[in-house]
Amino acid sequence: MKHTLSLLVENSPGALSRIAGLFSGRGFNIESLCVAPTLDPTMSRLTLVTRGDDFIIEQIIKQLNRLIDVYKVVDVSEGEFVEREMALIKVKAEAETRAEVLRMCDIFRCKVVDVSPKTYTIEVTGPESKLKAVIELLKPIGIKEISRTGTIAMQREKKSS
Amino acid sequence: MAKMAGKEMVVEALKREGVEVIFGFPGGAIIDIYDALEKDGSIKHVLVRHEQGAAHAADGYARASGKVGVCLVTSGPGATNTVTGIATAYMDSIPIVVLTGQVPTGLIGNDAFQEVDIVGITRPCTKHNYLVKDVKDLPRILKEAFYIARSGRPGPVLIDLPKDVQNSTAEFDYPEEVDLRSYKPVLSPHQKQIKRAFKLIEQAKNPVIYAGGGVIISGAHKELRKLAETIWSPVTMTLMGLGGFPGTHELSLGMLGMHGTYCANMAMANSDLIIAVGARFDDRVTGKIDAFAPKAKIIHIDVDPTSIQKNVKVDVPIVGDCRKALKMLIAAIEEDGRPSEIWKEKHEPWLEQLKAWNERHPLSYKTEEGVIKPQYVIEKLYELTKGKAIITTEVGQNQMWAAQFYKFDEPRTLLSSGGLGTMGYGFPAAIGAQMAFPDKLVVDIAGDGSIQMNIQEMATAMEQRLPVKIVILNNQFLGMVRQWQELFYDRRYVATSFQVTPDFVKIAEAYGAKGFRATKPEEVESVLKEGLETPGLVIMEFAIAKEEGVFPMVPAGKATTEMLLV
Ligand SMILES: Cc1ncc(C[n+]2csc(CCOP(=O)(O)OP(=O)(O)O)c2C)c(N)n1
Repeated sequence: MKHTLSLLVENSPGALSRIAGLFSGRGFNIESLCVAPTLDPTMSRLTLVTRGDDFIIEQIIKQLNRLIDVYKVVDVSEGEFVEREMALIKVKAEAETRAEVLRMCDIFRCKVVDVSPKTYTIEVTGPESKLKAVIELLKPIGIKEISRTGTIAMQREKKSS
Repeated sequence: MAKMAGKEMVVEALKREGVEVIFGFPGGAIIDIYDALEKDGSIKHVLVRHEQGAAHAADGYARASGKVGVCLVTSGPGATNTVTGIATAYMDSIPIVVLTGQVPTGLIGNDAFQEVDIVGITRPCTKHNYLVKDVKDLPRILKEAFYIARSGRPGPVLIDLPKDVQNSTAEFDYPEEVDLRSYKPVLSPHQKQIKRAFKLIEQAKNPVIYAGGGVIISGAHKELRKLAETIWSPVTMTLMGLGGFPGTHELSLGMLGMHGTYCANMAMANSDLIIAVGARFDDRVTGKIDAFAPKAKIIHIDVDPTSIQKNVKVDVPIVGDCRKALKMLIAAIEEDGRPSEIWKEKHEPWLEQLKAWNERHPLSYKTEEGVIKPQYVIEKLYELTKGKAIITTEVGQNQMWAAQFYKFDEPRTLLSSGGLGTMGYGFPAAIGAQMAFPDKLVVDIAGDGSIQMNIQEMATAMEQRLPVKIVILNNQFLGMVRQWQELFYDRRYVATSFQVTPDFVKIAEAYGAKGFRATKPEEVESVLKEGLETPGLVIMEFAIAKEEGVFPMVPAGKATTEMLLV
């Protein structure tokens, strides 16, 4: 099962490599990882997508908590949460496909952020499923390059008090 | 506040942390701290002959005394030489602080002479580590390092000290306390869990207490004994747990696991309640995991939540310090107020069964005319030392025979590399233990293979006038590996038979120590006597049966009930 973990970690030089090292050293896998400072510049927020059964996820969370630099670990996928990812996709856009690409952008509410005689670079944001759909549809047209941020996530606030 | 150079801060911090002795080996990147140590003059330094020896000695010092062991080495090869020692301490949760010199900050990353990324290298085998980039951070880092090393589940901490940081100055504001927002070990267990544990204990007919190294680390041996005697439950120990409960106690089943006693392994397999205290269900203990203790409910006390539910499913997890948890459990039992006769009566049939198992297959060995059996050497050593020695071991058969045939009654009297299984650990660890307890008898039980891995430390022991006694069980084989080859590889003894073994008596003499050798069973006692009575460093070499095996043995990956017996 896929799990999205949200971590608060000390914004210290070794923290990221400790976390990455823990995953490789113990044979856990990382599907994506995203990190940036929080409002408090001494802390970073790290979002990590991983896979495993309950037993493994429990170990991952405990092992992460054991690292001195890790302040807090939440499995946001346990409850309601929002997740977003962004991708920049450079697609072939030649005379016969330019209109097709733009139409697709429209449907998926993507933005064209760079234009050249033979390519469009488009920006797409959404849950991973949306990115997948866009990529699948653009593939036949010809994707030249792709760069993805990895997932970031947040728990939803309760709707009623 | 007075300004101080980094090198002086290190010395000052060591003093404030109560460090009396450190183990090390100098070099260009650490020379300044050596100079500061000498100027201060209050900390004893033990000069080793190889940095691995320094790390193991610091570890042995820590295991024997319960204090933090410290070692000091230079950058590059000095630092990498400590890695095995650090990993050894990490696997067995031993508090040591390793101070490494580093090239000046301006050169870091340039492949400078003797530069190595030791913080990167040791990240997976330290509890935490630091590269100090600014001398202003140094007092805080030193304080944190000692705190992290000794608190919670203890472990090694490394501080990498660039040469320019050692020599620049700042105010020395040594924190009184450490407050790390992201490191708060849970020491006090939940009362609710204690209540649940008590319920299980109340219902159990066939309980076993399974005690590990956590009992010794947290100083819970008295509480453990109290618990066992109150509810009259048998106790089995891991290699790391030996001495956590008296080996001579009538409730002791001895060690469990791969080379554990028949009785201990049968007890686990047939138990309906396992009370795990500071143990981690290592594969050497559980054997084939699917067949492990099929009927048992499990209570698991451990200070490290990652140990719980890692290998086996646990019914009542209790996160906290073992000693605190046991105290609370004992209080709950006392509150219940049942007299011990009731408990005894409840567990009587079970203890009868255990006794029968033990009588069926006690720890034993076959004697052979004219041949020295290693088990006999250990038995005699036990007798002659009245069980009072601090025993260190190397790794292999020697280690297992020591664990089986020396009865450890007190905690911190068996120092052995359990988790990593490091050959070459025992002798430098004995040096560390002897530094901690100059007046106690310290004996390293060794194989002829392992002892050669750190034999250079003979010079260290001589220099410090340490009366360590080394017992070499010489089978002219890498015995434990040979045993596996005998049993599982059709006796193809590949790379386990030594064509050349040195004359250990002459080695002793070459270092200025004394050496004795026994080649016949009737010489064993007199060699041991003479060796133990001889002052100073001594090697006692025993030419033992070459192809003796360690039994019982649970083949790797088999159920613990599938023991090969003597
Ligand atoms: C550093 C290291 N290398 C290799 C091993 C693998 N190993 C485990 S036991 C053993 C044999 C040890 O031989 P010896 O010290 O002579 O002891 P014996 O088993 O004969 O008592 C070996 C090679 C190890 N544990 N540690």
